[in-house]
This record gives sequence, structure tokens and C-alpha cells, in this order.
Amino acid sequence: MKFLESTANQLRCDVIEMLTLAGSGHLAGALGMADIFSAFYFHILNHNSQNPDWPERDRLILSNGHICPVQYAALARAGYFPVEELKTLRKLGSRLQGHPYRKLLPGIETSSGPLGEGLSQAIGMALAARLDGSTGSPQVKKYHIYCLMSDAEQDCGIVWEAVMLTAKYRLSNLTAIIDRNNIQSDGFTEDIMPLESLRDKYESFNWHVLEVDGNNIEEFIDAINEARAIYEKPTLIIAHTIPGKGVDFMEFEPAWHSRAINKQEAEKALKELKTLKGRLESE
Amino acid sequence: MLNSESKLQGKIFSSEIEQEATRDGFGEGLLLAGEENSNVVALSADVSSSTRCNLFAKKFPGRFFQIGIAEQNLAGVAAGLGVSGKIPFIAAYAIFSPGRNWEQIRTTIAYNDSNVKIAGHHSGLLTGYDGATHQALEDVALMRVLPNMKVVVPCDAIEAKKATIMAAKISGPIYLRFGREKTPVFTTEETPFVLGKAEIFWRPSTGSGLKKPQVLIIACGPILYNALLAAEELELEKEKISVIVLNNHTIKPIDEKIIIELAKKCGAVVTVEEHSVFGGLGSAVSEVLAKKYPVPIEFVGTQDTYGESGEPFALIEKYGLGVKNIKMAVKKVIKRK
Repeated sequence: MKFLESTANQLRCDVIEMLTLAGSGHLAGALGMADIFSAFYFHILNHNSQNPDWPERDRLILSNGHICPVQYAALARAGYFPVEELKTLRKLGSRLQGHPYRKLLPGIETSSGPLGEGLSQAIGMALAARLDGSTGSPQVKKYHIYCLMSDAEQDCGIVWEAVMLTAKYRLSNLTAIIDRNNIQSDGFTEDIMPLESLRDKYESFNWHVLEVDGNNIEEFIDAINEARAIYEKPTLIIAHTIPGKGVDFMEFEPAWHSRAINKQEAEKALKELKTLKGRLESE
Repeated sequence: MLNSESKLQGKIFSSEIEQEATRDGFGEGLLLAGEENSNVVALSADVSSSTRCNLFAKKFPGRFFQIGIAEQNLAGVAAGLGVSGKIPFIAAYAIFSPGRNWEQIRTTIAYNDSNVKIAGHHSGLLTGYDGATHQALEDVALMRVLPNMKVVVPCDAIEAKKATIMAAKISGPIYLRFGREKTPVFTTEETPFVLGKAEIFWRPSTGSGLKKPQVLIIACGPILYNALLAAEELELEKEKISVIVLNNHTIKPIDEKIIIELAKKCGAVVTVEEHSVFGGLGSAVSEVLAKKYPVPIEFVGTQDTYGESGEPFALIEKYGLGVKNIKMAVKKVIKRK
């Protein structure tokens, strides 16, 4: 657990450094999801960084592709490509595109950015997994598909098309996670398009719903284990996160959804992260 | 006369010529493709019966997915299957797929390079009574403009079957256009069909009084039959106009070589499509010739208008896609040479 927590902290530092160099990007969501990404790439996922196309790997789809810097950081730290390459985010010729591009970077299951499309693709992958499993091919073990979504992207109609279809096919090899951080481009989600009760909505669409503190790694892992044990329905984990988590002046502030960070602010943020908000200062 | 190398049907201008819808060619082709490769799967947006994938669904129920009236999800789900080793065919009405789901096709299929085959049904004016909202006159333009998307418009049910089988074999995204109405079957199993290669279906008859070809008619889809009728009538008229008719089924990648070669030979072009004159076959041909060998071109297609409800073939006449319109275009372009 300590390792996962310190990895999450490392990912936060990576994200701040990457976005400062890039000059643009989406900070708040990336920082808020660092704990979940640490949990995925260093504990939950059955994967092989040296063999990104391993057929039996668990798939992780980032539907809210704009927070990809945290995924890139997790992939690099997990060994998919050199950590040095993180500095090239958004630069011309980089494999680290502003929104994930499947064909360039190992570890990216699908291109995303346009919101709402991840769950549909996750369904396709889950159906393929079921087809392969059902043909009794001994080589293909049962793998799991995880689809990360943002709360704001629940505004998209196509998401609900996918929500209905996942339930129709009872795809229990698919688990969706919503990053419930309450912010989007124009402000707070409940002002722009009220989503509550999100839990009720998904439950009425025949999903099993869990709610956790998305910045509590242990709680999140427990929820994943519970999700994987449920077979009659697909499971949604509503993960409550703090946007901009880890950096005092960014937490809860919608402007940091897409505001660029300057060198000064970056220094301040990194100092905070590296000293765990001043708690280590004295040592 | 008909190009003998194309091995077209005998008695092609008989009133008893066999009629079959290209959507039925798709249904047969999909079934055959599915029998040949167990990775072929099919998905439909509540129109499996009218798009004829019910044949496949009946034989391979575990490999058919009913998505419901949700074309955007249809594209995304297929995209996920397509990157997971499957060969998905999505069948819906062209006006909704690629209409409604154009961006999903762009991002999750074309940009992602997912191995999805998009079947756009009920295309063109021949959709008939349902009216303008269901008559896709823009779908070729929508698909042609996407990088990493091939576009094929089969001219009859037999070619539709071949195109479907070919689509399952090639790697990468492709758009196939099909129609609802029964239309003449004028090719045969022996007629050559190769992706990206246009075929000469009509060349000037060897007879006294006929000049070398004066116009190249480039057509695609079932409306090509009207071009063949026009070609025959033009030769028999007083002015004895001779033309070449080219079956240009692949809009992208287009067969530049033969288009330029024949444009040089004829000196003028008429394009014929059951689609808007903006953005489809006519535009694709213009792009090639304007760059490499400009000649006068006339465009037969819908003139920037929506369709309407009506008897299918009456609509063809009303909107200027009839045999007489093709002949008029030929005569007009000759005057511009």
C-alpha cells in the first residue's frame, strides 16, 4: 500500500512536470486520478509492459482521454517506454499525443479524446473476449476490461446507448469507473448538467453500483475485487476524487480543468508534493 | 457495344433482365464471408431484416449483435471488436451510418485503424417512399473525406456480393454502399472485380459511321445501368455519338491511371452517380483530372437538393438521373470540347 501511495505521488510529480513543459493540458483530472492509476498499473491489471500486445492482458480504456498525462506517466513508470520520453508530451513528432493515439504508443488500447466513446469500444472488446472464451480456446484466459470515464462525459447520449447495451449483454467482464470530481470545462457538473443521482441512474439501467473514495487506494482496490466477483450484471464504480488532488491551490478549483501551469506554480506544486504538503520539511 | 472482357450478362437490355437489390447481394456475401472466416461478426441497428444480415444472424446467432436504434454505439462497439481480432460488419441505413455516427467512425474506426466494414444501406433516391430523411445523397462524400477509409459502390447484386466478400478479406476500414430497391443484374460471376480497379463496361461498337469515343462516362452503383442504356441509344441516334462507359466502383482509392488514360482518349467526361454532385464520384474524378489532365466534365447526380417521397424510378427521372439526362450531358460536354 505504501508503495502504491508513493507511486501515486510520483505520478503527480510527473504530471506537473510534463504539463509545465508541454504548455497545455488537463491538470485537475490527471492529478485527481493518480491514485487510481497507481492502483491499476501497479496492482490491479494483469499486464506485461514488455509485451503490450499480450492477448490475455487486462484492457484499460481511458474514455476521458484528456487526462492521458497521468496514464502516460503510469505506463512509463511501469516500463512500457522510457520515463525520459514523458518530457515530449504534445510536442511535434512525439508518441505522447495530446489525446491518446492507439497506433503510436504501447499500452494505449484505443484513441480517445472525443468524450463518450470509450464504453462502446469496451463493449466490443468484452464481446470479443466472450467469443474467444466461448470457443474454448485454451490459450485465451479470461481477461477483464476496465473503462474509465469522467462524470461530465455522462452528458453524452452515446454513453447511455452503451450503458443499456452493456446491461443487455450482462457483460460482467467489463467494469466501468467514473471519476466523480464534479468539474468540467465550464464549471461544476451540477450547474452545467446535473447528474445526480448517478447511482440511481445506473442501477435503473441494470448495473451494479459501488461508490468509493477514489483517492483512497485500499478502498478502490476492494471495490475492484467486489466488481470482479459479480457475474449477473456489469459493475460501475463511482470514484469520488478531488480534482487537482495533492496540490493545495488546485484542489476543487474548476479552472484547473484545462488551465496551463507556469514555472512558478509548478515549482510550488512540486515542492508541496515532494514534501507531502510540508510534513516532511523538517526532516 | 458491351466490353466482352467484362463478361456482362447477355440480353442486358431485355425487359426481362433479372432484378435484385444490392442489399441482397450484401446479405449473401456476408453469409459467405462468415462461413469462410469465423472471425467475421455482424452488428445492426434494429434493421437486420431490411439490411439482410438476418441470413448471417440465423446461421451464426452467437456472432450477430443487435445494437438497437443506436448508430453511434454501433460504430464504437464494432471498433472495439475490430481491434480485438474480429472482422465486424455494421449494417444500418446510410443516412444514419455514416450520417449520425460520422465522428465515431472517424475516431474509433478510421483514426484508430480498427478493422470495421461499414455497410450503408437504403442509399440514394431509390430508397423511394420513405422520403428525403431516409435518402442518403451525401454518404459517399462523408466517407471519402476520411483518411484511412476505402469507399466502394457496387453496381448490382452480384458485384455487391463480391464487394462484401472482398471487404472481409482486406485489412482496415472500408465503406460499402447498398440500395433498397430491386435493380438490374447486369454483371456475372465472371465479371472482374478488384478493389481500386475500374472496369470498362461499354466501348464504341466497331461499325461503319462511328467515330472514336467522344466522351468517357464514369459511373458507379445501380444507376450505371442507365449509362449503358444511354450509350446504346447514343450510337443508334442520327449523330451516332460513341462513348466509353467505365464502372468506377471504387471511389477511394480511385483508379487514376485508367481515368486519365481514357480521358486522354475521349477528351470529355460525364460522371453519373445516385448522389449529390457535391463530394461524391464526380468530385473525386474532377480532382484527378484537374491535377493531371483537365477536360470538360458534366456531372449527373442530384443537384444540391434533398429527395422526396415517390415511386423510386420516378424519382430518378424527376431528379435528373434518367437516360435522357445522361444523353443530354454527353451532348453538352461534346459542345464544350
